Amino acid sequence: MSERPGIADPAWVRALLAGAALLVGLLLLALPLAVVFAEALRRGWGVATAALADPDTLSAIRLTLLVAAITVPVNLVGGLAAAWCIAKHDFPGRRLLTTLIELPFSVSPVISGLVFVLLFGLQGWFGPWLQARDIQIVFALPGLVLATLFVTFPFVARTVLPLMQEQGRTEEEAAATLGASGWQVFRRVTLPNVQWALLSGVLLCNARAMGEFGAVSVVSGHIRGQTNTVPLHVEILYNEYQFAGAFAVAALLALLGLATLAAKTALERLTGRRLGEGTGDAA
Amino acid sequence: MPGSRLPPLPRRALLAAPALLAAAPARAQAARELLNVSYDPTRELYRDYNAGFAKAWQARTGQAVRVNTSHGGSGRQARSVIDGLAADVVTLALAYDVDAIAERGLIARDWITRLPHNSAPYTSTITFLVRQGNPKGIRDWGDLVKPGIGVITPNPKTSGGARWNYLAAWAWALRQPGGDDRAAEEFLGRLYRNVPVLDTGARGSTTSFVQRGQGDVLLAWENEAHLALQEFAGAKVEIVTPSLSILAEPSVAVVDRNAERRGTRDLAEAYLQGLYAPEGQALAAKHFYRPRDAALLAAHAALFPAMELVTVDGAFGGWGEAQRRHFADGGVFDQLYKPGR
Repeated sequence: MSERPGIADPAWVRALLAGAALLVGLLLLALPLAVVFAEALRRGWGVATAALADPDTLSAIRLTLLVAAITVPVNLVGGLAAAWCIAKHDFPGRRLLTTLIELPFSVSPVISGLVFVLLFGLQGWFGPWLQARDIQIVFALPGLVLATLFVTFPFVARTVLPLMQEQGRTEEEAAATLGASGWQVFRRVTLPNVQWALLSGVLLCNARAMGEFGAVSVVSGHIRGQTNTVPLHVEILYNEYQFAGAFAVAALLALLGLATLAAKTALERLTGRRLGEGTGDAA
Repeated sequence: MPGSRLPPLPRRALLAAPALLAAAPARAQAARELLNVSYDPTRELYRDYNAGFAKAWQARTGQAVRVNTSHGGSGRQARSVIDGLAADVVTLALAYDVDAIAERGLIARDWITRLPHNSAPYTSTITFLVRQGNPKGIRDWGDLVKPGIGVITPNPKTSGGARWNYLAAWAWALRQPGGDDRAAEEFLGRLYRNVPVLDTGARGSTTSFVQRGQGDVLLAWENEAHLALQEFAGAKVEIVTPSLSILAEPSVAVVDRNAERRGTRDLAEAYLQGLYAPEGQALAAKHFYRPRDAALLAAHAALFPAMELVTVDGAFGGWGEAQRRHFADGGVFDQLYKPGR
């Protein structure tokens, strides 16, 4: 992209800008990450692995994976459906839906969590009704899933939507002319066209689902071994003066994030396509 | 639509994951469960106590029991219980927070008389933690308002401990020559001007002071101060005991509605009564809470120096009154603390 003659900036400008970007990246992104790993191992592997093998930590890891395993598929379907509706169809309220998709990005996660407490908490709108039926939403798994769903909803839709819009509707219209049903058009034309962007959105969604703190903190109730996700458990360990343990669990969380990133990069290599292309404003 | 081909990669991977994970969180189901919702500095105490209680309960009844705990700022924890966190017992920083739950009908109104000593099985007080050698010469409350002293205390709006800190300072100011409400308010205003950061909970403040090295003096629960000395062996901090402080009575109560609903009343009552038994009292002392047992308290006189302790009931007309006047929205604290100055 930088090789197009006549448009390229002078070499020194490019070097300067690249250097500055790299420096900022190192200072703001790589350095904190390095600190997490250094702190985790400061008291040795033994302390770090002991913290990871603790039953409460294992339970937090299971819970986080479970929450991600529920929210990511739901948001995959929901996000894809929303993007498909907006890109391929005209209907009243289309712009409203576009705005709604971005709502979770603009609302503070703490508020997102609080909304569910106000709805489903004991003093909330549905609280007495739920308790009469012995249904626990907030301070239990359903609340954690709802809050995470809310916060991570935009990722799939926002990654897929720009690509769908760019591709337009001509292929779908051609398929329809050839006699394909709506479902066939979606499965054979629309979906294959966006599948890699979709996967990229899913990975981002997954990373956020596992790392979300604010919204989840409000609805968790912080019962260790039961409603503590990994990010909340990091805070608990830190507050218990178990700094090495806290950083060990934080390092694990960081590794999960890095693995997601690596998967995304590997996919880009595999397909030889730039996933981000056409989705410049997403993420 | 039969026979249509799918992009293989995303589908299969995503379908396999939940199936694997759904099986994982299942735990041994036999144990009865009890949820203790507590405040910040009791983590270590209840970790020990829960293990001992589970063992004793099993020996007595043959039932396995698993005690779960949740810790956080006392006011916030009370709010969570009000919003439906299914606590069987609460062990909070002050009676007011238990009262708040009782007002919503979750706990019987007379809870404070159901257990001995105002339903507070152990007590504590507010003391100072300073840098080693006490370089700023902090001896008593009056030293906290001197220019250039950084005072670390959490936010009284969210933290029970912070309210005790505030009231102890107020009580001291009242006792000074010419001390009246106006002088006390002026004193507290100067004190909070020396506070660089208001954490939300007591443990956050301790970490700010000891781990991150902020400020010159930490207003802390006596038990938090001792715990910090123990946990940070090389922390280079020491305890200063002020001339006067406040008797903090952290309150415990069975959350009646939840215990009934979950069928845990027998367990919950035994759990709280055990705190008054010799083993519970010894654990309290071990974790630097002043035990109610007089002989045990005397045996730990070096840890718990005798000092003049005022009570909230005696000096402030009870928590309801103190809360309304000082910590409610628009109360004295809101008027004297102006963040951002």
